[in-house]
Amino acid sequence: MTKTSIQLKLNGMQRRVDVEPNDVLIDVLRDKLGVKSPKVGCDRGDCGTCTVFLNGRTVRSCLVLAIEADGCEIVTLEGISKDGPTKLQKSFVDHSSFQCGFCAPGMVLAATELLQNNPHPQREEIQEAIAGNLCRCTGYSPIIEAIEDACKK
Amino acid sequence: MPIATDFEYHKPKDLPEAVSLLARYQGRAQLLAGGTDLIVWLKEGMKAPQALIDVKGVPELWHLDVKDDSLAIGARVTFTELIESDLVKSRFPVLWEASRTVASCGVRNRATLAGNLCSAVPSLDGAPALLVHEACVRTRGPVEEREIPMSEWFTGPKRTALLPDELVTAVELPLPKKKTAGCYVKLGRYRGEDLAQVGLAVLAEEGNVWKLAFCAVGPIAQRAEKIEALLNGKRLSEALIAKAKALVAQSISPITDIRASSEYRLHMAQVMLERGLKTAAARLAGKGPAYGASIL
Ligand SMILES: Cc1cc2nc3c(=O)[nH]c(=O)nc-3n(C[C@@H](O)[C@@H](O)[C@H](O)COP(=O)(O)OP(=O)(O)OC[C@H]3O[C@@H](n4cnc5c(N)ncnc54)[C@H](O)[C@@H]3O)c2cc1C
Ligand code: FES
Ligand code: FES
Repeated sequence: MTKTSIQLKLNGMQRRVDVEPNDVLIDVLRDKLGVKSPKVGCDRGDCGTCTVFLNGRTVRSCLVLAIEADGCEIVTLEGISKDGPTKLQKSFVDHSSFQCGFCAPGMVLAATELLQNNPHPQREEIQEAIAGNLCRCTGYSPIIEAIEDACKK
Repeated sequence: MPIATDFEYHKPKDLPEAVSLLARYQGRAQLLAGGTDLIVWLKEGMKAPQALIDVKGVPELWHLDVKDDSLAIGARVTFTELIESDLVKSRFPVLWEASRTVASCGVRNRATLAGNLCSAVPSLDGAPALLVHEACVRTRGPVEEREIPMSEWFTGPKRTALLPDELVTAVELPLPKKKTAGCYVKLGRYRGEDLAQVGLAVLAEEGNVWKLAFCAVGPIAQRAEKIEALLNGKRLSEALIAKAKALVAQSISPITDIRASSEYRLHMAQVMLERGLKTAAARLAGKGPAYGASIL
């Protein structure tokens, strides 16, 4: 297939990369653009480990074609913590929210999106916001508590 | 996982271009909206189109507004946009409630209502609310525009009345003429992201008029006309609800699959009908739980 050159703003920097129409965004981000925080868990939209911001909204980058992102802005975990860990991330650390950490990048982005739209969410709203981000280690409580705590500070 | 099939990618700039591209590929192209179904199918090799036609650049599909006594939802509108719309929340709270049960935030940020209807899987949460509101699907092909009533849209599991050279431009819901209230009740295996084991939309209209539609308990999402006929014109009572529940087995045909047995689905459909009727009646009377609150 023919390669197309796409351009995107990735974590604040203009990047150009050659892709084929059937290249998936997560693979291009990890393998061609060197951004390693989004991970491949299920590869079919269920788990949320591949979450990135695409034009200001979180999406499953395993379900987006790279070519669809031409001209778009992408922010990953690397981008939101450029100036050091955010208040939310510090709260996750204080609560020892993660164990293996595989779900963490997606979870942080999902929670970041929630707090952008709704700075003082109810517990149910937090649960709803991270319902598509699976964690196999923690049972979610320390994650939810860290998000609740971050809103209080 | 890479996608094994090769295809061309087109992003038309307007509706005529999208329609002529579709015609050019004669059924061998797939439209791409949010991709939350299509990309999964491509990865699994269930579809191998020659080309994808991305509709996200077509401005004619972006609208979400009221015109001519209907709410028109453009084909590019996502479930997140529906949830964030005050118009949808205030005028069509059953659709609003249903939209909130679809997948997860990150999926809803991409997934469209039109794509949901075109995928036409039996468990689709988008359909019951549209069925009870007697919505229609607007389509556009090379020669004509069509308006397909929701009651004629699904022709089988994963099959619709859409022709290969047509695309959906919008879904239109007539504004209710009378006072209405209702609910969308979804049963999943756990709280959080899951497909429906049973889905039920209830719409109560002033003057004891009822509209009911199920999904995930038959090959297609459908109205429960027998139950509606029983309820219409009568005041809701425990005795009437018991009679309505007895009709559920004749109104749905649930199967056993990985998500639930047919017996469990049938039983829960009855429980959901009772709670759904009571919740809709309470909301119509200005009481009952707020929209969005779970009644299961
Ligand atoms: C993890 C996960 C969880 C999910 N959970 C739920 C759930 O709880 N409930 C539920 O109902 N669904 C669920 N879904 C499916 C839901 O996301 C899709 O059905 C979605 O609504 C499809 O819309 P889309 O824009 O992503 O369509 P796409 O995937 O882009 O397209 C789907 C199909 O529709 C066709 N199409 C798209 N737009 C048009 C158009 N304008 N005209 C004609 N054809 C068109 C495409 O060609 C394709 O065949 C889930 C999906 C995932 C990945
Ligand atoms: S890898 Fe994308 S959602 Fe699981
Ligand atoms: S900490 Fe291991 S998956 Fe969440």
